[in-house]
Amino acid sequence: MTALTHLSRRAFLSLLGAFPVAACGRTESVSESSAAEGGPAYGDTLVQASIGDISGLIPNITSDSASHEIGGLIYSNLIRTDKELRPEGELAERWDISKDEMTLTFYLRKGVKWHDGEELTAEDVDFTYRYMIDPKTPTAYGEPFRQVRQAEVVDRHTYRVTYEKPYAPALLSWGLWILPRHILQPAWKAGVDLRTTRQNKFPVGSGPYRFGEWKTGEKIVVEANPDYFEGRPYIKRVVYRIIPDQSTIFLELKGRNIDLASLTPIQYRRQTEFPAFLKAFHRYRYLSNSYAYLGFNLLDARFRDKRVRQAIAHAINKQEIIEGVLLGLGRPAVGPYKPGTWWYKDDVKTFPFDPERAKALLAEAGWRRATADGILEKDGKPFSFTIRTNQGNLVRQQTAEIIQRRLRAVGIDAKIHVVEWAAFINTFIRKKDFEAIILGWGLGMDPDQYEIWHSSQTGSEELNHISYKNPKVDELLEAGRRTFSQEKRKAIYGELQDVLADDQPVIFLYVPDALPVVSARVQGIEPAPAGIMYNFIKWYVPSTLQRYTR
Amino acid sequence: MLAYLVRRVLISIPLLLGILCLSFVMLKLAPGEPTIVQQDLQARATGAQRETLRQLYGLDKPVYVQFGRWLWRVVRLDFGRSYSPDGRPVLDKIAERIPITLGLNLLEILIVFALAVPLGILSATRQYSLFDKSMTVFVFVGFATPDFWLALLLMILFGVQLGWLPISGLRSLNFEYLPFWAQVWDILSHLILPLLVATIGGLAGLSRYMRGSLLEVIRQDYIRTAMAKGLSRRVVIFKHAVRNAVIPVVTLFGLMLPGLLGGSVIIETVFAIPGMGQLFYQSAFSRDEPVLMALIVIGASLSLLGNIVADVSYALVDPRIRVSGKREA
Repeated sequence: MTALTHLSRRAFLSLLGAFPVAACGRTESVSESSAAEGGPAYGDTLVQASIGDISGLIPNITSDSASHEIGGLIYSNLIRTDKELRPEGELAERWDISKDEMTLTFYLRKGVKWHDGEELTAEDVDFTYRYMIDPKTPTAYGEPFRQVRQAEVVDRHTYRVTYEKPYAPALLSWGLWILPRHILQPAWKAGVDLRTTRQNKFPVGSGPYRFGEWKTGEKIVVEANPDYFEGRPYIKRVVYRIIPDQSTIFLELKGRNIDLASLTPIQYRRQTEFPAFLKAFHRYRYLSNSYAYLGFNLLDARFRDKRVRQAIAHAINKQEIIEGVLLGLGRPAVGPYKPGTWWYKDDVKTFPFDPERAKALLAEAGWRRATADGILEKDGKPFSFTIRTNQGNLVRQQTAEIIQRRLRAVGIDAKIHVVEWAAFINTFIRKKDFEAIILGWGLGMDPDQYEIWHSSQTGSEELNHISYKNPKVDELLEAGRRTFSQEKRKAIYGELQDVLADDQPVIFLYVPDALPVVSARVQGIEPAPAGIMYNFIKWYVPSTLQRYTR
Repeated sequence: MLAYLVRRVLISIPLLLGILCLSFVMLKLAPGEPTIVQQDLQARATGAQRETLRQLYGLDKPVYVQFGRWLWRVVRLDFGRSYSPDGRPVLDKIAERIPITLGLNLLEILIVFALAVPLGILSATRQYSLFDKSMTVFVFVGFATPDFWLALLLMILFGVQLGWLPISGLRSLNFEYLPFWAQVWDILSHLILPLLVATIGGLAGLSRYMRGSLLEVIRQDYIRTAMAKGLSRRVVIFKHAVRNAVIPVVTLFGLMLPGLLGGSVIIETVFAIPGMGQLFYQSAFSRDEPVLMALIVIGASLSLLGNIVADVSYALVDPRIRVSGKREA
């Protein structure tokens, strides 16, 4: 699922942290450990912090990351991605793709139980699908399911969906939280808003953790599900404390009251580099699933000229932004994909920092130095525009300032305007009333980016805000979603990356690093392309190191 | 007196309506609307889905229709459901937070009164002494110190460095498993830092007011008379002067009424205390209009009520107000 990243705009952002209690549970370790000292053991509590309360416990109809994180522990999906980001079955034991690539058949694991003991069957999958396509359902994730032409329960453990046309993102779209039909069906049939049901406060799921309690504004607790079909998780309990202030979360982390959190570059480089912290926590660092870009409004004639965009690319020093703003914790982006994925192409055209080349390209495009202050002009108008970005994201604001200085050096006058998120979207993006923007995209597990680059997606409610139109790109995007063959898709998306790199519809700036820290007592973490959370149920605390014994 | 009271209450009604109308319009004037925050920029959200949400919330109607409908529901004490995805009734969301904020603020006010009144008396009776001057400096420094900054410093010192007090929250994670006395201490220990920060900030106003009020009384003729007839200074101050000086200070309590339920956005946010202030802050950021408007109704009603209480209690004390219906400067 592609979603804009707007790292601090939402009231709800997940940042993890922990809290134990001064007077609390560090008592003698009478843990229920099953293994010898130092080996995997059951027990202990892992504390995280979330900056906002969750909005509900039916994650299919929420959009904040905290709800999704907790929902991910309570519910399970048909399909998920493994540590190499390849699709793998979760509730689905396996799946078939028909020869014409239009039909997907899922074979469900047998004997999977809901937390209340009912069996999970294809009827539950079907219910979830029907709920997702119900126009009354307040979800933002229904679109891929509307492409389904026919859905049928073949038998108790087999589910089949047929699409109008081959649709490659379909498979991963079934990485959908399956909801319990036996609990929700009556309310849904009666037209009740499911947000008002008991399930949204006291959910029954099928995932590795069972719902424990939710104290509004205070904490959410989930408990290990001993009957989880992939094995009982070692960590007995996970607590999400709601701490609405970033500084407080960081202090709780330093006080070792939080076991799992994400650091900012400043915290990583300057505020956690001391022995006591490094002894208490393990820090991890890998590329995050997102990138930041400088986008132009391509309805503006100045930016429609490819040479101008290329010149700006040459004028910006990406490395300098990474060093100055991310303190070196990231790498330059050359296209809209994360390095290391199977569809990533690393030998695309790049635009090294070269102000002279930038000036030459601008001159070629007809921009001449005319005024005394060195600003370029064309047809008597100076090259001056405003870069807008959202409030609350310091990294983007600082990036804008560095870009401003570099553009000034080649004769372009850029102003910066920082706007509150809702106003930013409504007043500027939706109305296409902007010249340039700095924003980021979160990346999905599938290379399909139809919504972002296709020329049909330029409506005010749609995501191609920059109004990019390139027939070649359209053709590639369409071809890419019409086949499931990885070989073919790799070639298609490789070509797409070449076209985008040459065209520079946006200046791809950087891919920041994700910087999670986890309490050093937690073992079994194995960083992989998917990050660290993918094997959460295998994390454990050796019995001698367990901290919370109840 | 009764006529005065009735008049004050009647005047408040149009005032309240005006406040609500302005608030409602201002919320609507802010660019962006709740549906944006809720589902923005999910790549696969469509315009049709947004329209569904807008109809669901009645956002497709003109503002005056929305206000009218809202007001009609509020008159029947129906504040509706929150726009946030939990969709819970607004009153439930507020009710579960009231005890926390109310408890915290009552404690704070008690402590502030308990400290500010003696401080004010001491300062007034020793006007321009070293004590008076250093108190002046202390309370104003406290008043001028930003809450969040002081809070963070105290958290670093007592929570991280010394490890004596919990850093944030209301209860420990193992709260349920503690014996009763430990539970009491657990909550108290969590409240020490927030109360300290709130008290330091609140001390200045009240202690200065007490000082000024007492200084004024001390200059009155009847105090001079009391002194002249040979009463000890202690008796004069405590029996005659303080009693009179404290009355206007107590009427200030009326003005604190809205704050009692309003909560402190900053303290509740920094210390992760799930009270009304936090709710307001979160609702503002997520454009949760039903919750915001309900909080504004509560805040505005309490402010008006507080003003009435303050004026009436003042009037009870000072007959001149009852007669003219106007408070003298």
